[in-house]
Formats: sequence, C-alpha cells, structure tokens
Amino acid sequence: MPGTRGPVPVPVQNGDRDLTLQILEAVDENASVKTSETFPNASQTEVKAALDRLASRQMIEYETDDSEEVVLTGEGQQIVDEGSHEFKVWDAVRKAGRMSLKDQALATPSAKVGQGNAFKLKWIKKDGDSLIPLTDSVTDTTREVLQYVAEHRALQNPRDLKDLRKRTLVTTQKIITYDARKGPRWARDIPVEVTDLTADMLADGSWKTANFKPYNFKALGEQSQGVGALHPLNKVREEFRKIFFNLGFTEMPTGRFVDTGFWNFDALFVPQQHPARDMQDTFYVSDPPEAGPPGPDPEADAALNAMEEEDRDEEDSDPPTRPTQQPTKHLDYAQYYANVRATHQDGAFGSIGYRYPYNDAEPRRLVLRTHTTAVSTYCLHRLAANPRPAKYFSIDRVFRNETVDATHLAEFHQVEGVIADYGLTLGGLQGFLRRFFKKMGLVGLKFKPAYNPYTEPSMEVFAYHRGLGKLVEIGNSGMFRPEMLLAMGLPEDLRVYGFGLSLERPTMIKYGVNNIRELLGHKVDLGFIEGNAAVRLDKA
Amino acid sequence: MPTIGVNKADLYKELGKEYTRDEFDELCFEFGIELDEDTTGVEEPAQLKIEIPANRYDMLCFEGIAMNLNVFLGRQSMPNYTLKSPPSGQLETVTVSKDTAGIRQYFSCAVLRNITFTKARYESFIALQDKLHQNLARQRTLVAIGTHDLDTIQGPFTYEALPPDQIKFAPLNQTKEMTGSEMMAFYDKDKHLSRFLPIIRDSPVYPIIYDANRTVLSMPPIINSNHSKITLDTKNVFIDITATDKTKLEIVNHIIVTMFSQYCEEPFTVEPVKIVSDHNGETRETPDLTPRATQASAAYINSVCGLAESRESLCDLLKRMCYHAKPSTTDDDILEVDVPVTRADVLHQADIMEDCAIAYGFNNLPRNFPTTRAATAAALPINKLADIVRLESAMAGWAEVMPLTLCSHDENYAWLNKPDDNKAVRLANPKTAEYQIVRTSLLPGLLKTIRENRRHAVPMRIFEVSDVAFKDPALERRSRNERHFAACWYGKSAGFEQVHGLLDRVMLMLKAAFVTREDGLEGAAGVAGARYWIEGCEDPTYLSGHAAAIYLQLGGRKEAQRIGTFGILHPTVLKRFELPFPASTLELNVEVFL
Repeated sequence: MPGTRGPVPVPVQNGDRDLTLQILEAVDENASVKTSETFPNASQTEVKAALDRLASRQMIEYETDDSEEVVLTGEGQQIVDEGSHEFKVWDAVRKAGRMSLKDQALATPSAKVGQGNAFKLKWIKKDGDSLIPLTDSVTDTTREVLQYVAEHRALQNPRDLKDLRKRTLVTTQKIITYDARKGPRWARDIPVEVTDLTADMLADGSWKTANFKPYNFKALGEQSQGVGALHPLNKVREEFRKIFFNLGFTEMPTGRFVDTGFWNFDALFVPQQHPARDMQDTFYVSDPPEAGPPGPDPEADAALNAMEEEDRDEEDSDPPTRPTQQPTKHLDYAQYYANVRATHQDGAFGSIGYRYPYNDAEPRRLVLRTHTTAVSTYCLHRLAANPRPAKYFSIDRVFRNETVDATHLAEFHQVEGVIADYGLTLGGLQGFLRRFFKKMGLVGLKFKPAYNPYTEPSMEVFAYHRGLGKLVEIGNSGMFRPEMLLAMGLPEDLRVYGFGLSLERPTMIKYGVNNIRELLGHKVDLGFIEGNAAVRLDKA
Repeated sequence: MPTIGVNKADLYKELGKEYTRDEFDELCFEFGIELDEDTTGVEEPAQLKIEIPANRYDMLCFEGIAMNLNVFLGRQSMPNYTLKSPPSGQLETVTVSKDTAGIRQYFSCAVLRNITFTKARYESFIALQDKLHQNLARQRTLVAIGTHDLDTIQGPFTYEALPPDQIKFAPLNQTKEMTGSEMMAFYDKDKHLSRFLPIIRDSPVYPIIYDANRTVLSMPPIINSNHSKITLDTKNVFIDITATDKTKLEIVNHIIVTMFSQYCEEPFTVEPVKIVSDHNGETRETPDLTPRATQASAAYINSVCGLAESRESLCDLLKRMCYHAKPSTTDDDILEVDVPVTRADVLHQADIMEDCAIAYGFNNLPRNFPTTRAATAAALPINKLADIVRLESAMAGWAEVMPLTLCSHDENYAWLNKPDDNKAVRLANPKTAEYQIVRTSLLPGLLKTIRENRRHAVPMRIFEVSDVAFKDPALERRSRNERHFAACWYGKSAGFEQVHGLLDRVMLMLKAAFVTREDGLEGAAGVAGARYWIEGCEDPTYLSGHAAAIYLQLGGRKEAQRIGTFGILHPTVLKRFELPFPASTLELNVEVFL
C-alpha cells in the first residue's frame, strides 16, 4: 500500500492529475471539503494517503466521518427511470381503457406486483375477466421516494428504509468521508522537500536551508536488513556451551552417530535384557552388520589430546588437585571387555551382578547411539590410563526409535556433563547442579530418587516453574555405578557424577514452543528462525 | 517405567492416613516413586496411578506399595517371611524332565496354603503376574508364571517337554480340548496371547506341566489349563514358574509369594516345593526366602552421602528401606546387612548407600559446590571450526537450519539423481520409511526445509553445518561422521553466483586463497597458506554445465583434494523435492580445515 507506511510518503497518482494537488486546490477554494462529494471517484485509500501526506506537513487538517448512505438497487433505479410497477400497470390499463387479465403485458413478475399494488391503491379494478381504470391521474409515491434517494443518497423519511429494503429497491453502504480544511502551515503548493541528507548537501551547504520531509514515527524502519540468522536451538546450545566452559569443562568428541552395543549399553552396566535395548526403543543398524571389538578410537583420542595439550604449560605454575604426571597406564581393552562381561554375568568388583548368561553378540551389534553417555563412557575409560580429576561435557544428537508426536522425535540433542574426582559427595552433585541451573534462571532445585541402570544414586532434578506454578523435571543426574567405573580400571575412590538433559525441552519451556517439530527438523518455520530473539538463559 | 493403579481409599486406609494430593505427592517424591494421576471424580472407586522405578519389582502391586511405604514411614517393620511345611510333613514334588533343557529349562515352584482371596486381592494377584510378565519377564520370554487351585490337582507333578501334538487339554476359559498345535492356531488371532506364541511355536517340543493323573496344569509360557484355574474361593494356590533365566526365575517366585503370603492363614508363611532336576543340577526346595547377607562400609556410605552418621543410625535408616542391618562386632566400619528377597535390585553396597540417602532425605543432605579442578576447559576442535563457518554464513545473510540426520534412501540418492554408492549406514528397524539411512549429504534436509517453507518470501538462503555419516569397515564402529557445510539458494533465478559468493566468503575467512585451476596445478612451491580453485564438473545432481567441483590445496602441499561441489540443481531434483523455483546448492567437507 503506497503512501501509508515508511518515513517518506510516496506521492499518489490519480489518473493524469495528482490527487494531492486536487485536494490542495479544493481546500484553497472551499472552507471545508467533503472528499466523498468532491472526489466521488477516487478510492478511499488513495484519498486517505493524499490527506495524510498533507496533514503530516500540517498543510491541512481533516476529520474522518463514518456514515451510512442509502443507494438504489438496479430495480430501484429502473423505477426512478420508468415509474413504479403499479404506475406502469395503471398506465397500460388507462391507455387501453380495458385490458384482459390474460394480456401478455400483465404476465411479468413485476406486473403482478404492480397489479396488486394498483388494486390496493384503488387505481384499477376487476371487471369480469378484464381490468379497467378507476382514475385518470395518480401520484407515483414510490417513484418520488426513490427519486429523493437518487438525489440525496438518503431517505426523506428514514422509517421507509425497512420496507424499501425488503422490496429490494434500496440498499445501504458504509462510507468514510473526510472533512478537510486549511491547516496551520497552509500553502497552495507542496514545498520542495528533500528526502534524505546527502553528501552533496553537506558539500554545498544546502542542508542548512533544506526542507526535510517529515519522518513517520508510527512506522517500522527498513525491514529488509539482509539478515542472516542462527538457528534458535543452536543459540541455546551455544549458551549451554558457554556455561560449561565457564565451569571448566572440556568438550567430548561426539562424532560417532553409530556406536556399538558395548559402548552404548554393556559398558554402562545396562543388562542385555533391559527394555531400552528393545527394537521398539533403539535403532539398530543392518548395514554395516557388526561392530569390531572394543578398542581405542584414534580420532577421538587425537581430539582429546589436542585439547589437553592446550593447557599443558600451566601445570607447573598452577598444579591441579592431583599430579597428572603419573606414568600413563596402557589401556587393556581385552581386559576391560572381560571385566564388563564378568560384572554382568557373574558379578565382580563387590557387585553380585545381574547373573544372566552374557551374550557376546550383543556388544557387537551396531546401534544409533541412544545417548551421548556412550561417549562419556569412552572418555572415562580413557581416564583410567592416567586417573585424575576431569570435567567433560557434550551436546550432540542422539536417536530413539520413537513414534513421532508433539514431544517426541526420532532424534534430539542431549546435553551431558560428567565430573570425575576423588571423594565426591551426593550433596556436591546437588550443589553443582544448583549452580549450573541457576545460570539459566532455574532455582529452587529439588532432587527425587530415581532409577537408572548406570547411576546409583540416581536423582531426577526438579525446579519450580513460575509459569506453570509447579515443580517440573529439568534433568537427570547421578553418580556412575562402581560396576561401570571399576570395570574400566579406575581407582575405587575416584567417583564420577553424570548429569544430562535434552536441549529441546528447556528450549521449548523457555520459548513456549509446544511442538518439537517446530524446533528441530525440516518443518521448522524459516520465519521463526529469522525472528527468534537472542537467547539469554539467565534472563527470566 | 511401570505404572500401577491402586485403590485410593484402600491405600490410604493401609497407610493409616487420608492424604491430600500434595501430601501424597510429597511422600512419593521423597521415596522415589511418582503419583501420575488421581482418578477421583473420573472413576469409581478412585484410583491412584503410581509410577514405579523399573527395578522395583517389589512395588508392582498394591501390597508391595503399601508395605514399602509403611516401612518407610516407620509404621511397620519389614515382615519376616518363613517357610512352613504342610501338616503332613510331605512336600509337594515336581520332577523336571531333561527334555525341557532345549526349550525352557528352569523350574521353580511354591504353595500358598489357606489363603483368603477377596475380589481386590484376587485382582491384584492376577495383575501382579501380568506386570511381572511384562517387565522383568520381558513378555514371558524369560519367565512365565502359572497359578493353580491345588485342590483340583494331585501331586507329584512333572514338568516335561513334548511334541505339540501329544499335548491335549482345555485351555483356560475354554471347554474344548485342543492339542498344542491346535492352540497355536486357536490363539493366533488373540489380541493378548498371540504375541507370546512365537516363544515356543517352532520348537519341536512344547513345555508342559502334568499332575500325577496326567491332568495338565499349564503349557508355559502360553496358557494354563481350565481345569486347575484359581477362583475367589481357592484356598490353596500352587504356583509354577518356568524360565530361561535362572536369576529372574527366583526373583519372580520371591515377589509373588512375599506379596501374597500375608493373606495366608498364618501370614507371611510359604510352603516350599521340592524340585527334582538332577540332569542340570537344579534339584532343590523352592523358594529360598533367606535374606542375602552382605556387608557395607559405614565410611563409604558417610563419605558419598557427605554425612557423619554412626553405624547405629545408618542401620536405623536402612530399616526404613526394608533391610535388617546391624554394626559388625568384628570390624568397626562394617555394617552387617540382610537384604530381603524382595529387594532384587540391590547388587552392590552402592545400592545400600543410596537407600541410606533416600531414608535420610535427598533434599536434607548437606550441599556444597565441588572444588574439582580439571586440567583443561576447551572446545572440541571440529566444533570451533564449524562455528566459524556457521557465524560467517549467518553474517553473510544466510539462515541456519537444522533438519534431521535420518532420511529415506530415495531422498539421499534417487531424488538427487545419485546412484547408491553403498556408503550409507542403513537402519534395521525404523518405524517409518522416513528413516531408512543416516544421511551422507546435507542436501536432502536443506531441500525438504525449503519445501516446507514454500510460502516464505523468495529468495531463501539457508545453510547447515552438521554431520553426515559414512560406512568405514576399518573402524570399530564401522562408520564415521564427517562435518559438512551446505547451503541452498532458492528463488526466481538460480543463484549460482550466490552460492559461489558464499563459498568465496567462507574460504576467505578460513584463509584459503582463490587461485585458478592452472595456478593450482602448477604447484604450491613457496606458498604458505591454503589455496582453492573450482573447475566445471559433471554431476547428475546438477544441471549439466552448471556445476563446479571445489579443490583445496593445504599450505605447502602439492596435492589437492576435492572437498565438495556446487551448482544449479537439476530440474528433476527440484521436481522430486516439489520445488517450483530454481535453486543452487553448495556442499563441502569442512574437516579438511582442522
């Protein structure tokens, strides 16, 4: 819509002549100009735009007048032109002197109406099977009433409206008319205006005398900013990463969508008959058919080494809580596998185990990782070569063979952290989580005992949600089971916290997204991506 | 997690208190179960739907929930379950045939004497068996339970395995006798039972339990006989349990008899049964209700919980979690702990420690912030690199999208005019055809995103920096991820120069200099930085003559590698993805810049 938006109103053209100029002329000649009368053919939008253009410069002032007018229908116009139906019947009968009821002229629907009315008005009467006139002259009131409407677009007697409308002779329409007159800065011509400050104006000094076009402060600024945008979920992910880095965590190498039953389940002391390992819950891989035996992942090791190398220099001046320069133990993967197997089947490391016949095919099955804890497990086992305090985190994609609905997708992102240290306590995990979640504005944490095959104790983390007025679950946490850690060869007094949450759930809660498919996947609205505000987790 | 529905009024009566919703919520929260729903006003009589942790088989019924909460609240002590022989002194006997070894070799048994069922107790008894079958027994594959009116059958009993056609009896709630094979056909369409049939269907022999008169008790794990079925009036219950898993066999026996022996004339007594199973060394009397004696270190419990409780006080805490515990008289750190047979979830002293913490109250534990100092806080190198590409692309005016990793085979290959290169990881059990493989290209996701946003103004400029996966037989996981960068321009004109310009921009930010192909091939003698060039290529995804391959030469190296392609999408590709306007795409491997 030109002329109604933006800082510089665009001139509106009306045919050959500028409507703005026509209005100026009209206002100049008349104290008050009613636009609907003066410019009956101009569209209301164009009139309004032209008036605004002048009003914004205070050259004119105007008021808006909403009113209703009565207009003739086609039938009504015909009556104005030719006379009413009853008049036409009377006229025909009068001219003929006597007219048979079977006459063709009386067969039309309008003639039938006219005949009835003419009877009522006692203009004609029946005589046998013919009509004869009762009078020589009549007053056609209907026509007169409608003639008044044609001239005045209103009824002389407003009470007639209902009846005439019913007879479909008139109808009403809403009209907006503007009453314009001279304003405080009246001028016959629009002064030359400049739309913007230019380099030339600065150079020749004309800016001092220039007449700047007024700015429309009710409109938005330029909207096509050529914007790029980051995905809202990745913006939240970035906030989480910053929190982790601030708390001294190292990012784990999670570049393995496909993992083995061993790392994803068995090494985590998840029994082989656990429901999570069902086909309904886990995506198994058909090709490639089978994993290799557990062993080092050179790519992951290279990434971890590179990151740990970054801080090697600082060790001398600021030693960590335990010396890291212990001789590095060789990681014996065959022994690790044997330990895991024994812990499940026969019990070991102070555990009676699950006591079921361990199936060596299960750890060789390839799966799409169901959690990034598979990677944490790898990193914790690697720690056994040189046991020391460590803080690791990851945020990456995991897969569940779920039936897709508003809260479930077959893939989502898991946020996971682990802390390994000597002498860790359960209250320490609570204290850590309190600080962690406070950084995203979640306070009043409560911890509920829960069950998880690889952590004991296990705690569900709840926070009070002001909007919902109740405690909501915000994550899971626990201390990894000795069965898992001791099988890795970690020392008995090195305890490990684990905690996790999905990236999607807090994002959905925070931004009021009800359907996960509006947040992740190809059905996400690009407008949502482009218009989503910056993520400030600490701001409620 | 299993959800158990219990009668609200009965439970509150059992707990000796009319709880408000908040009060009961809180009790559940502290104990570690969850009140899912209160059906007051929805259903008569009102039920409480309570979620139970998956390893607490002793809470899968009303009796177990009431008992555990009452012990936790200190309203009762853990019952002492005892074995009691029948007045005759003669135990019932079941002889296990070695033929069962091939199909379902483990057998366990028990008798509940002089039990009084009410409607509620009877229903709970049946429901518990269902819950056990579903959860611990993994849909009867591992364990199956049969219960019988002992007064309708006559010991000694035998557990055998016979060819299906030699088995004939009237199954539960049927009057007509059927052979094993006929039953397979009869129950094939049964909503409830059909899913269990495959457990034995193709076996040459089916498991079968007979009494002394060759009356069938049951054909586990499918169905009991109609003859021996229990009713509200049953006084003496004979419980048969068959299994392929020895440990779970006994857990199931323990749970059933401990939960329901309270309704026996002499509460908490169970009549053992003699099992003769010499061929596999399983001859014994079942059940064995002796608590498992173990030890826990007070220092360990205190250390993990951050407490300094005396051994006596730790023992008091454990009492509320159904243990019987006392300080050792020979070691001043050790607690002698008896784990009741109901607590099959207790494997390690870590479990005992957790129960101390629950009894103490998770939310009463002293909190502190751990002082752990790790040697490093660092971002993963590939993520740092990817973030550079992401930020530069967004700053260049492109919008980041996040499609899914899984896609259909067609989307990844045929729709891009690509033959299957046998590099994609295939899924074995997807629920829909939408998820057949792990993508090897980011393009399908970008094009689907455009398709779903067709009503958005054009041009659309989108990008993604994320992982694809390839098979890799040399690796333990037989596959590897690769970080890719891809972008798509979609508008009324194809925008080849647009994606080309984005490539140049990102390359500039990664300090790779643009050279011509000829300069590149001439070699990089004396050149310190990376260099890239593009050359026309034929790629079926792109319109012929409108595609280019991207070559990268890392600093000082002579050889160059092809890292990606870009071009105007072939109109057939556009058609497949239902895109009416032209588009250009770019995709390259960013890991080479690591």
